[in-house]
Amino acid sequence: MAKEKGPIWIARVLSRCSGCRKCEIACSLSHEKRIWPEASRIRVFMLVPGVEFPHFCAQCEDYPCVQACPVKALSVSQRTGAVLVKSKKCTACGKCVDACPGRIPHIHPTKKHVLICDLCRGNPQCVRVCRQGGWNVLKKVHRTNRAYKLYARKPEETTRDLAVKMYGEKAEELV
Amino acid sequence: MILGYSGKFLEVSLSTESIQEITIDDDVLRDYVGGRGLAAKILWDKLGAKWETIDPLGPENILLFLTGPLTGFFPGGRTCVSGKSPQSNGIVGSTVGGEFGVELRCSGYDGIILYGKAKRPCYLFVKDSDVELRDASHVWGKDAKQTVKILTKECRELLKRRFPQYGEFKEPAILYIGPAGENKVLTAVVAAKWTHAAGYGGYGAVMGSKGLKAIAVKGTGPLPQVADIGKVKRLIQKVCDNAYEDELWRRWGTGAAGYEVGAKTSSEPVRNWQDEWHDERSFGVDKFEDRVWIKQFWGDFGCPTCCLKIAMVKTGQFKGAITDNPDYELQAYLGTNLGLFTPEENVFLSALIDDLGLCGIQTGNVLGFAAELFQRGIFTKEDLDGIELNWGDANAFAALVRKIAFREGIGDMLAQGTYRAALKISEAKKVDVLQYVVQSKGISIGAHGIRSGKDYPHIISYACSVQGGDHTSTAALPLNGPGSELWGIFNDSAVYCFFNSFGLKRKVRFDFYKAVTGLELTPEEWCSSKALRILQLQRAMLLLGGPDLKWNPKIHDDNPPRFYEPLPSGPYKGKTTQKAMVQKYKRRYYKEAGWDKNGIPESENLRKLGLEDVDKALKRIRQ
Repeated sequence: MAKEKGPIWIARVLSRCSGCRKCEIACSLSHEKRIWPEASRIRVFMLVPGVEFPHFCAQCEDYPCVQACPVKALSVSQRTGAVLVKSKKCTACGKCVDACPGRIPHIHPTKKHVLICDLCRGNPQCVRVCRQGGWNVLKKVHRTNRAYKLYARKPEETTRDLAVKMYGEKAEELV
Repeated sequence: MILGYSGKFLEVSLSTESIQEITIDDDVLRDYVGGRGLAAKILWDKLGAKWETIDPLGPENILLFLTGPLTGFFPGGRTCVSGKSPQSNGIVGSTVGGEFGVELRCSGYDGIILYGKAKRPCYLFVKDSDVELRDASHVWGKDAKQTVKILTKECRELLKRRFPQYGEFKEPAILYIGPAGENKVLTAVVAAKWTHAAGYGGYGAVMGSKGLKAIAVKGTGPLPQVADIGKVKRLIQKVCDNAYEDELWRRWGTGAAGYEVGAKTSSEPVRNWQDEWHDERSFGVDKFEDRVWIKQFWGDFGCPTCCLKIAMVKTGQFKGAITDNPDYELQAYLGTNLGLFTPEENVFLSALIDDLGLCGIQTGNVLGFAAELFQRGIFTKEDLDGIELNWGDANAFAALVRKIAFREGIGDMLAQGTYRAALKISEAKKVDVLQYVVQSKGISIGAHGIRSGKDYPHIISYACSVQGGDHTSTAALPLNGPGSELWGIFNDSAVYCFFNSFGLKRKVRFDFYKAVTGLELTPEEWCSSKALRILQLQRAMLLLGGPDLKWNPKIHDDNPPRFYEPLPSGPYKGKTTQKAMVQKYKRRYYKEAGWDKNGIPESENLRKLGLEDVDKALKRIRQ
């Protein structure tokens, strides 16, 4: 990606996901210095075997999570467009989870704050390992490229869609 | 506490529904590592004194689900299942891929030790330190896909109700049995993710005998603290970089072998091993890749290879069948071994085997055996409840598979596995059918023959292995050489997927062990003491055996009769195994392993390893 200023986004082709979960490993190693799948800001869901996909912040156009936060613990990074969590301010009330159309944020398993993808200050580690493997589910792109209106989806909805794509009519029995 | 371990094990008594946490001494973990090694130690300590009397399908057997220090760190997650095996009456460290081991360690446990028998069908649900036995009557009788679907939903809803503010929970990792396990079919598996299975050993039947349908685990903690996280990160990268280089291994996995192992190395079972050669290009990997693979890279936790592929039949009478690859073993055993040479038939039968919770290798071995008896007129259509079991008839084989899983009619006899069924059939038919049985110590031989001499197993690989026909743990000379069973013991004890270690120096896995645990372990020390100790324990339990069958090394440390027949066709036509050579290598193997001329571990060697109690117990079979 050419060096350009401005917000970025992680474009994704979910149906290419192998379920290797290297993104979870890279994210938790980077943020927590441990391999810690449930503390990863990107989590691979597998509600149906074969239908694995990474579930993480989509940086919605209108940032409903930021607006829903009662203590102003969430803000939008001017530089990357990521939602930033002020962990000291956050009370882990869960209002941002409910406000997110994809129910993407989740509470840190042992600490009292919410987890949301921070785009690794513009150098997302999940993208790095995914591309290293050649699966290329994830790609860093400029947010300003086109006028897409971004929004998040719930894991159940994504699962249903991907299962239909993979298994056709059989998806009905499996989901 | 040693680094790299969670430090606790779960002890569950199904009979009394009691659950407690225990710890295992550091010395034991240092010596036996985890997985297979630790299983041998636990089973020996708890059951060794009365090993011969323990019914593997009785409540006194112990069922183990163990991780190892490398689980979750070494790319490619697995879990080791063990207990007294109803197939060999010894023990097998049987591993299954998937995230179960990682979730368990993230819950704070290195393993689960299960005792007794449940009064009614149940499943174990672990959420970190919250552990409970739950009713499973609604999933009892359900196939793999339905079981996974129902339990995934149920457990996620429970978690949501209990922790409403957490956000969305990912699915728990689930190990389960299908109808075959419930019906105590000896070739039943403990399975994960529809298609992954711990097959060798017959632990699906053990789990069924205990009334346990599944274990579901959600761990929200981190993997254990390690000695050197920087080193672990670098080693993960090293393993991944090595795997990324191997383009064809990644692209095709073992799926290319269904053609190559027949056509090139001539060591693939064809029609119950009557041949090991074929040149059927309808079975080439291009056919699988182009016609049925709907997901080309499918992997378990941390895996850079993703040798698994998801296959689905799109047209014709088997439309809608879904399984993985099939991998080489199932291509062979549920393909060429049955005279089937198309991806569609192969996917159809593999999917059925998955759904019923059967081992594709060992059930395929039973099917091939039955079909050969039908070919020879020993089995009639009436014997087979009206099924005409002709080579190449996928529907006939499917009908028999269902009978086996539900123990209906002839299926009840075949549900005992090839060897035990053959003993009964020989008696009933007054014909020696053992000559058509391809197994070792009650365990079917994996789909890699020895006659051409071009595949990896050696002529004593199955005869001298402590896990019988298990193709992932074969014996070889010298005992510290490249093909030795002692390396298989490391893989299954540290518990990771050795498919990601191909092409890496052996040292890397020991470096990995050190980076995780902080403990120095050299390949030399492994071979001369730790692995040897585990080998002796496994050998002792295998020879003590019982209660239904015992192995006599003189007779049973041998290849199946078929492996002494000449190959009938192909580039290695006429080649076979030399009996005298087998005897010669067998004697050498006994010597290197510290076994006497009767194949029993020698007192002196056992004592050197600190196994005095094993020595004492072996007096029971020494005289």
